[in-house]
Amino acid sequence: MKIPYYPGCTLKSTAKNFEDTTVAVSDALGIELLELERWNCCGTVYCLASDDLMHQLAPVRNLIRVQEMGFDRVTTLCSMCYNTLEQANQLVKEDSEKLEKMNSFMDQEEDYKGGVTVTHYLTLLKEEIGFENLPVKTPLKGLTVVPYYGCLLLRPEEVSIDNPENPTIMAELLEALGACVVDHPYKLECCGSYHTVDHKDVVCEKTYSILSSAQKRGAEAVVLSCPLCEFNLDFRQKDLEKELAPVPVLYFSQLLALSLGLDGNLGFDQHYVNPEPLLKKKGLLR
Amino acid sequence: MIPKISEDTTLLEKVEELSGEKVYSCHKCGKCSAGCPIGAAMDLRPHQVIEFIQADDWTVLNSKTIWLCASCFQCAVRCPKDVDLTKVMEALRLLILRSNIDQIEINKIKREELEKLPPVALVSNFRKSTS
Repeated sequence: MKIPYYPGCTLKSTAKNFEDTTVAVSDALGIELLELERWNCCGTVYCLASDDLMHQLAPVRNLIRVQEMGFDRVTTLCSMCYNTLEQANQLVKEDSEKLEKMNSFMDQEEDYKGGVTVTHYLTLLKEEIGFENLPVKTPLKGLTVVPYYGCLLLRPEEVSIDNPENPTIMAELLEALGACVVDHPYKLECCGSYHTVDHKDVVCEKTYSILSSAQKRGAEAVVLSCPLCEFNLDFRQKDLEKELAPVPVLYFSQLLALSLGLDGNLGFDQHYVNPEPLLKKKGLLR
Repeated sequence: MIPKISEDTTLLEKVEELSGEKVYSCHKCGKCSAGCPIGAAMDLRPHQVIEFIQADDWTVLNSKTIWLCASCFQCAVRCPKDVDLTKVMEALRLLILRSNIDQIEINKIKREELEKLPPVALVSNFRKSTS
């Protein structure tokens, strides 16, 4: 299966391990990710003002790139990119007047026709491959994990990849990989997001609530799909060393690559809390 | 600092125009405040922000709350009256940002932090706190 792939800025820098492991997994599963030849930052946050079309151009331009490739679907990994692309997509699909205005403003590219679907990679895996069909070689036996969804995979409801109040998609994946999955009440609580730049205290407090809740339920690692959540839950633990025992935070794609028996660098060295000792203890890593 | 906005317009009208939301639909059940992940750090709880707008009280623009809202859409998902408070908060922020009053001084971010922060954090923060 071939599918256009939108990476976004952070997957080319601090979340390179998220991209690399997903590409490796896709190769193993016969999914050919076609990275858009020309892509631009989606803006990271969807513009919420009714009178501002300027900030909708960035996500819509990326959808035009997919259309130019002759495809009607694009996949992405970062929760924020997914959310921004899909919300902008829904806006222009529902409001032809706005779409027309934007199309007439963008004179370097063809008109967007509104025919592209944005599919998060988790949805792609579930619907196209099926979690039960994953060729697991090293089951994650004995590893207790909690999935953390955060905000933007689930909200607003119109773009949610799952039930926005009780999602299970990541738990289903991790169970299929053989991990022991525990539920926890903070799985959809915001981590403080971009406040990590100028309100670090707010983020540290959220990180503490989320991780201590996960630990109390026996979780040994947290699994997620957002490079900003990853930074907040992982790197902000540096300021919580006295309050919290370190908890490894991983992208779902890293555990997927590990369980599929893929060799090579799974990017464990790019985390603040090194997950390798835990994975070695469980016999999942040599 | 409250920017000078046309005296002919009420805050309610301005917010409804910018957000596309019907602020008067709110019947003050408080679900937005109960579920807000950052509510504890706010000076005004989310439902109080709505009350200020309904009362045409422009001092709401001095509140820390509008900048602490992280646009996580939790309130929007839970509102029984379909008022998307996430959009209302954005409208309030824009009333200030569009008067060229930025909320962050980029040159004051420490270099060691800048080097570690993911691009997605910086871009989203600047999108929400600068004009």
